Amino acid sequence: MSDTTMGKTGTGKSALLSAETMQKAVAFVVLIALIAFFSAFAANFATGANMVGIMQATAVNGVLGVAVTFVIISGGIDLSVGTMMTLTAVMAGIILTNMGMPLPIGIIGAILSGAIMGAISGAIIAKLKIPPFIATLGMMQIARGLALVFSGAKPIYFNDTPNYGLLSPESSISKLIPGVEIPNGVMIMFIVAIIASIVLNRTIIGRMIFALGSNEEAARLSGINVDRWKILTYAICGGICGIAGLIVSSRLNSAQPALGLGYELDAIAAAVIGGTSLAGGRGTVIGTIIGAFIMSVLTNGLRVMGVLEEWKIVVTGVIIIVAVFIDIVLRKRT
Amino acid sequence: MSDKGEPNARRAVVEMLGIEKSFPGVRALNGVRFDLYPGEVHALMGENGAGKSTLMKILTGVYQPDAGEIRVDGAPVALPGPNAAQALGISIIHQELFLMNHLSAAQNIFIGREPRKGFGIFVDEDQMKRDAAAIFQRMKVNIPPAAEVGHMTVARQQLVEIAKALSYNARVLIMDEPTSALNETEVEHLFSVIDDLKAHGVGIVYITHKMDEVKRIADRVTVMRDGQYIDTLPAATTPMATIIQLMVGRELADQHRATGHGTDEEMLRVTGLNRGTMIRDVSFTLRKGEILGFAGLMGAGRTEVARAVFGADPIDSGTIHIHGRERRIATPADAVAEGIAYLSEDRKHFGLVTGMSVRDNITMASWYRFISGRLFMRDTAMDGVAKEYVEKLRVKTPSVSQITRLLSGGNQQKVVIGKWLLRDCDILIFDEPTRGIDVGAKAEIYRLLEELASQGKGIIVISSELPEVLRLSHRIAVMCEGRITGELDGRTATQEEIMTLATQRNAAAA
Repeated sequence: MSDTTMGKTGTGKSALLSAETMQKAVAFVVLIALIAFFSAFAANFATGANMVGIMQATAVNGVLGVAVTFVIISGGIDLSVGTMMTLTAVMAGIILTNMGMPLPIGIIGAILSGAIMGAISGAIIAKLKIPPFIATLGMMQIARGLALVFSGAKPIYFNDTPNYGLLSPESSISKLIPGVEIPNGVMIMFIVAIIASIVLNRTIIGRMIFALGSNEEAARLSGINVDRWKILTYAICGGICGIAGLIVSSRLNSAQPALGLGYELDAIAAAVIGGTSLAGGRGTVIGTIIGAFIMSVLTNGLRVMGVLEEWKIVVTGVIIIVAVFIDIVLRKRT
Repeated sequence: MSDKGEPNARRAVVEMLGIEKSFPGVRALNGVRFDLYPGEVHALMGENGAGKSTLMKILTGVYQPDAGEIRVDGAPVALPGPNAAQALGISIIHQELFLMNHLSAAQNIFIGREPRKGFGIFVDEDQMKRDAAAIFQRMKVNIPPAAEVGHMTVARQQLVEIAKALSYNARVLIMDEPTSALNETEVEHLFSVIDDLKAHGVGIVYITHKMDEVKRIADRVTVMRDGQYIDTLPAATTPMATIIQLMVGRELADQHRATGHGTDEEMLRVTGLNRGTMIRDVSFTLRKGEILGFAGLMGAGRTEVARAVFGADPIDSGTIHIHGRERRIATPADAVAEGIAYLSEDRKHFGLVTGMSVRDNITMASWYRFISGRLFMRDTAMDGVAKEYVEKLRVKTPSVSQITRLLSGGNQQKVVIGKWLLRDCDILIFDEPTRGIDVGAKAEIYRLLEELASQGKGIIVISSELPEVLRLSHRIAVMCEGRITGELDGRTATQEEIMTLATQRNAAAA
């Protein structure tokens, strides 16, 4: 390797990259295997309605997973994504139901409030040098508390916003292509994933996020304003949580202020199963989406098979450990 | 200084004979001998890399010698591990202390062998404190055994380490540059503790770079150079100049030397730079087209000066002029904007994002130039520019998308250089530019630095290798203990001159 001179770009696809691709491939194979398994052994699994149900169940975790993937690649962690989602849903409820504003304002309000809260987390981490785990643990409680305070601890319904269902349960695409009953919430997840993927791989923001996660000190000594990009990363994460808040509240036709706790762990699990390294510097959006699908296929499949719901939680735990172990093995081999 | 020299009447507590040690590619020790008598301070001197640390690691059981014999009290011994050495009463006080900050002095001293009570279930804290107090009393130091170590000064922590060694009934105490973090009063106190240990018959191996300390406390001096034993001399009667000459010894007559001298145009002027005890009143200038060498021993403050000028560490006072104008540099971003680049010796941590491609690393400091529509990276344009620099600097890599971690040290260094050249930096500070780089690549890096200087860049080279400093520098600033102790003309300077300045504690004596 050391003696070869300049070759064509692309021939040097490194061992690291291939390990990453491998991890994604493994996750994808696991997903297909799970689907095949449940299709064979669970009678009502492979029905159109059930598939739509799985996708719908994936939407929120998938979007939150993408949000937290940004932060994890940058070398941080965000424990507040679940309650942040709830807070943004409550913000949408306040703007739309309590204040009677039009739908677009509600959408912008939810995303913006998430972004602002995320930026605050980022500023606390970057400027006060508080470890991300602690800062976002605090922010998790702050967002949970604010959601309860702002809503008066009661659900806010969206009955006055008849179009609110457009954000998740309804299927616009079925009107264009009859028979394809994919709910809008799922379509939004895919759109978020595609945009996030482009941002991470093609833009200066993504490049900075990878650089921060790989070696923050080297980035700083390259004259990069590390703090600014860190704050932006958490703001993006918060903004995407706002999108998750819209999807979840649209599906429930209400902002449920008590919801949200525990979602952060599922989101982190989706990212990790998809090959994102908690050490930072590595990860893909596609992997996270596959990870989120693995989790909901498991939940759904076991339920359809009549296995006690609680077992799903156990299996998810095992999958996380196995996924990380596979990652370590793949990495050692290279 | 009463019982100096001639301890031959007594039997050596430690003898090391014909010690050989090789590491892959390096012969670290070649037939080295060393001995130590009870109640003497034996200084071990030599340049960085002379083999002092390796020798002491063998004596403490950390490394196994390839050949040679170690005798304790005249009997050959095997030291398969640190425990074996400790059992024989050989202890070392490292330069960096290994104490548990949240535990008390007594708990640190007896860690892992705490006295027990109540059928061996509970730690007998009282007994432990009494034992610790007894050791401190013997050392004539006043440290409360219950005091938390993390709250102590470095000097007192060091005394706790010494107490710990004594608690193992140490008869041989190795001290690796024990005064590097101490102030004058603390040094005096340490010396009185050492005098006391001597009186109790403890033999002390004293590793240091400081001539005056050798004169002050050592009985004998052994000089090592390039993994070889050179000579052992009485400390009191041997002139400093002789010791320095033995340390640097090697012939440099046929060596290529720097020829040019830069221009008269001043690029960088640093005045009155201070930072704690690490940087004391440092002033220097760098001219266009000049290579300014920074020589000195490890811990002299050269890296600290570089990092301060680069804005990576805060300073207490001092001004920086760039091209004649005063500039405030508070962050690396400020420095880079002024055209200053810092290339750390620790490329993996401070120079490169090793998980990213050659292209991304070369362009990293200039990413802002490769954005279209305020957002999107122009990867194709970056590829082109990266390829250009890869060719210009002759980086050996299969492609610019190669992950940087997979390149050799010399090629990684070139990638870092490429990063700063692309960023249009014209003041380049190299910290140990050839560390971890093989001999062939070294020559190439040297040629590259000379080429850059001849193109009008201003270059600072920090190096602990004297031949490297002499090979490259037009002018040499020598540092010792945070001060610049002298400046030499690179074309005429000798290793002896540099070493004399590098071991001089006070600039006033220059």
